[in-house]
Amino acid sequence: MADPAIVAEGLGKRFGHVTALDGVDLELPAGGVLGMLGPNGAGKTTTVRILATLLKPDRGRAWVAGFDVTSNPASVRRLIGLSGQYAAVDLFLTGQENLVMIGRLYGLTRRQARRRAGDLIDVLDLASAAGRLVRTYSGGMRRRLDVAASLLAAPPVLFLDEPTTGLDPRGRLALWQVLSELTSQGTSLLLTTQNIEEAERLAGRIVIIGHGKVIASGTPGQLRARAGGHRLDLQSLPGQDPRRLADALAALATAAPAVDEAAGRVMLPVAGGAGILPEVATRLAAAGLHVESLALRRPTLEEAFLAYTGQPASGPPAEPAQTAPDTPGAR
Amino acid sequence: MTTVTATGTDARPGRPVPILASVATITARNLRRLVRVPTLLVFATVQPVLFVLLFTYAFGGAIHVPGTAHYIDYLLPGIFVLAIGFGASQTGVAIAEDLTTGMIDRFRSLPITAAAVLAGRVAADALRNLFVVALMIGVGSAIGFRFHAGPAAALAAMTLALVTGVALSWLNLLLGLAVRDPESAGLAGLFPVIILFFTSSTLVPVATMPGWLQAFAKANPITVITGALRALCLGGPTTRPALEATAWLIGLLAVTVPAAVASYRHATST
Repeated sequence: MADPAIVAEGLGKRFGHVTALDGVDLELPAGGVLGMLGPNGAGKTTTVRILATLLKPDRGRAWVAGFDVTSNPASVRRLIGLSGQYAAVDLFLTGQENLVMIGRLYGLTRRQARRRAGDLIDVLDLASAAGRLVRTYSGGMRRRLDVAASLLAAPPVLFLDEPTTGLDPRGRLALWQVLSELTSQGTSLLLTTQNIEEAERLAGRIVIIGHGKVIASGTPGQLRARAGGHRLDLQSLPGQDPRRLADALAALATAAPAVDEAAGRVMLPVAGGAGILPEVATRLAAAGLHVESLALRRPTLEEAFLAYTGQPASGPPAEPAQTAPDTPGAR
Repeated sequence: MTTVTATGTDARPGRPVPILASVATITARNLRRLVRVPTLLVFATVQPVLFVLLFTYAFGGAIHVPGTAHYIDYLLPGIFVLAIGFGASQTGVAIAEDLTTGMIDRFRSLPITAAAVLAGRVAADALRNLFVVALMIGVGSAIGFRFHAGPAAALAAMTLALVTGVALSWLNLLLGLAVRDPESAGLAGLFPVIILFFTSSTLVPVATMPGWLQAFAKANPITVITGALRALCLGGPTTRPALEATAWLIGLLAVTVPAAVASYRHATST
């Protein structure tokens, strides 16, 4: 296990005129969990497909467990499990038959495949449906079966592309539990997700990817810190216009405050940490304003994500250097 | 609660997966689908029987082919090719479906050789075609069809029909991987069969066609293969028709097998 689970250097990929990847670098140590966050079309799936030997990069190189994905795909395939973005299971086989088939294709004996399939069916809570055709399964059950298929050969390196999409909260928690167990036993995991909570919960390191490039990477804490100082949450008194709070404190904000008029809430990005609080109190007093509550906190990963990738629905992507002024280590 | 182990030693494949084992696994998958998917079952059972009965009774009264006492003797070898050709279009549909649903992505991430998924499909098709041909011989026999050239020739005819099926399966795998959309793949598979069928000697002798069509009809691979099947079923000189048919099939396989495998190697769902 000396080799890193994944190394990617300058991966580039174009489809026609669309640049899907524009120089992606990644590193995942053996036994680690890397969460890849990014909006739709950012290049997450293309990256996973290159690493899982399904696509050849136009430029750059990548290694999985020390094997070059382009020149030695057969060795890579013996060491990986892949669960793609859509549940790739045969609707006209039973759940059990699907898993045994995949096990046989991994080279397990019939007995090994059956036993392993049975274990995974239990763990992923599919026991009552294992003998039914997958066509009768709900979307969440198909998804869990697909993840089970990727785990059949106990692969040392696992690629999961948005694994909890379509799962209900219970299914999501169960899958997180399974993945935590696997990674605690040494499985390396590359996980793409749009679910910040999922990334934060499972991944020791996160890369944020946008427009085919890694725009930030680090631990969840580092990314939150780099996303810019702190956030000041204010709850206005009943009947008071929260915009007056925002106006009174506008000079302290490092970016435009977010005002939720219906809830009476204001959120200001601020710099300077707790040292700013006396200034906040002074300004509120000077304006004759009172608040119901006031809290200073680190940005959530969600806010960090938005800061790095730009507002989800608002036009062109923001340059990371502008939205996150204090990002010394961000690439 | 059972826990899932990452390091279970017996579940880690250390050796390359034997090709035949993976082909057999894929074959079993397709045979299971064959009996469970209603449209596939109809293509394999009802349709061949209907072809035999419809063409015999709808055309048989009007067409008299010189040199054959019963129209069914003339007709049935060509209907083998028609039923196999129609059935093969389902192979293009199936591979296009596997592509769009991500099954091919999964298969390609597994430690099996690229050709195994395609070969497993072709093998399942061949078993289906064996059943289809036997069924048509059974139904044909009930309404007057007889082999006239002995058991060895009859066996050779069935073999030729099955090899034709293998070539058409590979052609449809290539078409399905090329057009990618299941519905288009079905049309792409049926269209050439329908065109070539009606411009071949399947229903009527080429000599009854207008002159301009005869040249095309004679070179038509369905005419060539049906001619060889007929010679093996009814008697008469077999060497030249069999060689011509074999040349067509080898040519078709030589083009479609490498092209389909190459196409599969780069296939992804989107």
